[in-house]
Amino acid sequence: MEKVGIIGVAQTKYQRYNPASHAESAYEVTSKSLEDAGLTIDDIDNTITVCNDFWDGRTISSMTITEATGSHKSPTTNVEGDGTYGALMGLMRLLSGLHEITLVVAQSKISEGIPSVITNAIFDPIYERMLGLDAINSAALQMRSYMSKYGVTEEQCAKVSVKNHKNAKANPYAHLAMDITVEDVLKSRVLADPIKLLDTSPISDGACAIIMARERTAKRKHGKPIWIKGVGHCADAYHLGDRDLAEVDALASAAKRAYKMAGIRSPLKQVHVAEVYDAFSYMELMWMEGLGLCGRGKAGAMVDSGLTEMGGALPINPSGGVLSAHAVQVAGLARIAETVLQLRGEAGDRQVDGASTALAHGIEGACGQGHCVFILGK
Amino acid sequence: MSVQSEELGNTGTLIYPSRIKLPYTWHVGKVGSRFYQEIKDNGKIWGIKCSKCEWVFVPPRETCPRCYCDMSEWVELSDTGTLLTYTVTRYAVPGIQPLEPPFALGIIKLDGASTGLVHLLGEIDLNDISVGLRVKAVFREVREGNYLDIKYFKPVRA
Repeated sequence: MEKVGIIGVAQTKYQRYNPASHAESAYEVTSKSLEDAGLTIDDIDNTITVCNDFWDGRTISSMTITEATGSHKSPTTNVEGDGTYGALMGLMRLLSGLHEITLVVAQSKISEGIPSVITNAIFDPIYERMLGLDAINSAALQMRSYMSKYGVTEEQCAKVSVKNHKNAKANPYAHLAMDITVEDVLKSRVLADPIKLLDTSPISDGACAIIMARERTAKRKHGKPIWIKGVGHCADAYHLGDRDLAEVDALASAAKRAYKMAGIRSPLKQVHVAEVYDAFSYMELMWMEGLGLCGRGKAGAMVDSGLTEMGGALPINPSGGVLSAHAVQVAGLARIAETVLQLRGEAGDRQVDGASTALAHGIEGACGQGHCVFILGK
Repeated sequence: MSVQSEELGNTGTLIYPSRIKLPYTWHVGKVGSRFYQEIKDNGKIWGIKCSKCEWVFVPPRETCPRCYCDMSEWVELSDTGTLLTYTVTRYAVPGIQPLEPPFALGIIKLDGASTGLVHLLGEIDLNDISVGLRVKAVFREVREGNYLDIKYFKPVRA
């Protein structure tokens, strides 16, 4: 595969009720990513936006931010899904040989809608939608299934929330940075057992942009591009009842493809930092298993050992993860942006020393139906 | 109709409260229509079986997702099954929930089916639900040809 480098990244501060409009947020990260890359809008020869009509409350929402992203000047396409898929499409554009520099912009204003009403619409209107399913209670079905099958405990899930909210204190972009204890998580309000309030991610508005370029252009335009070493994606069945919700087959398949492309045989040894899509605390554990960092049902024990904390052998979500800032769709692209900062050595107080290979992961659909895995390196 | 804009906190910016209302008519399809017709007319739950892998899918669909082939063999399923997982929703979301919270949801593997059916749990102690519980479908008296013609699944008393 021809090399493609990431040469610019930018994020907004994530917060509920960000007074900026969606176009203002998109402009903020577009202009900051250009500044980060040392480029002007005229250098961008194609754009991918990541917008979702339901979340944005308007149809063909991507067309409303063409000016804000400067994409009315170049070929632009929208990806309606997680931001990692926007980056994947950007990569494909460059590998087609038709383009040199791609801008990928994701934005969402989650606080404008009612998240449970919007995530209820994920489900089949002919069947499960009328049960009142949404992102939270469907995840509760998955968490129970995972705990029941593998003996993972609520305490082990709570430890992820404690770790990530603590990590967020070193991330100026994070929405919910705080010191909490396992007991705080366990005693927080039960939303849909076994999910408690502090097992969930916040309602965040925000945006993220990355700029990608083909090898020669990346080297010419930027001092230290971060290279895309591997990528893989895969989706599982739509209906929850068709899946064994305790299993992670689609992620395992996506990870296998990404590792193969990147020449990674032992991810636990060869990956130095990972940013995964922990929309709920238990998800980080399941995704660790799907990513092959440990055996099935072993992630709880791995978290107990401290291996995934800052200073551990493989810090996971030094940014605080999605638990600390969840702008839906933006969050996967933010995982990529965060790993780019880590590999550049520009992650400030959340820097993982000596990181040269990183993993970024995004999901889409209920209970992690689809997964996209990126391996990045210096 | 005009809606008054309001200030967002003390940000000096305005918000415009409104709502999106979108009438829509979904087509249930050939297979789904028969599934609902059997529930409505006869109080029976039917699945559909793949001739290759022999999995029985409920709700039924036309194509086997495992073998990617047509399915046409209808199989009558038991109204009783085993609870694979469950949750009790304890927060209110006006407009989307079929019952006042708290209410229980589960995934039920009906006897004779290979897949799970997500549904409501009723006539049940919300603090005493467990994986593996045997549950039985309760049908509505007056049925309309939709998912809630099955009112809920209730525990099978030993």
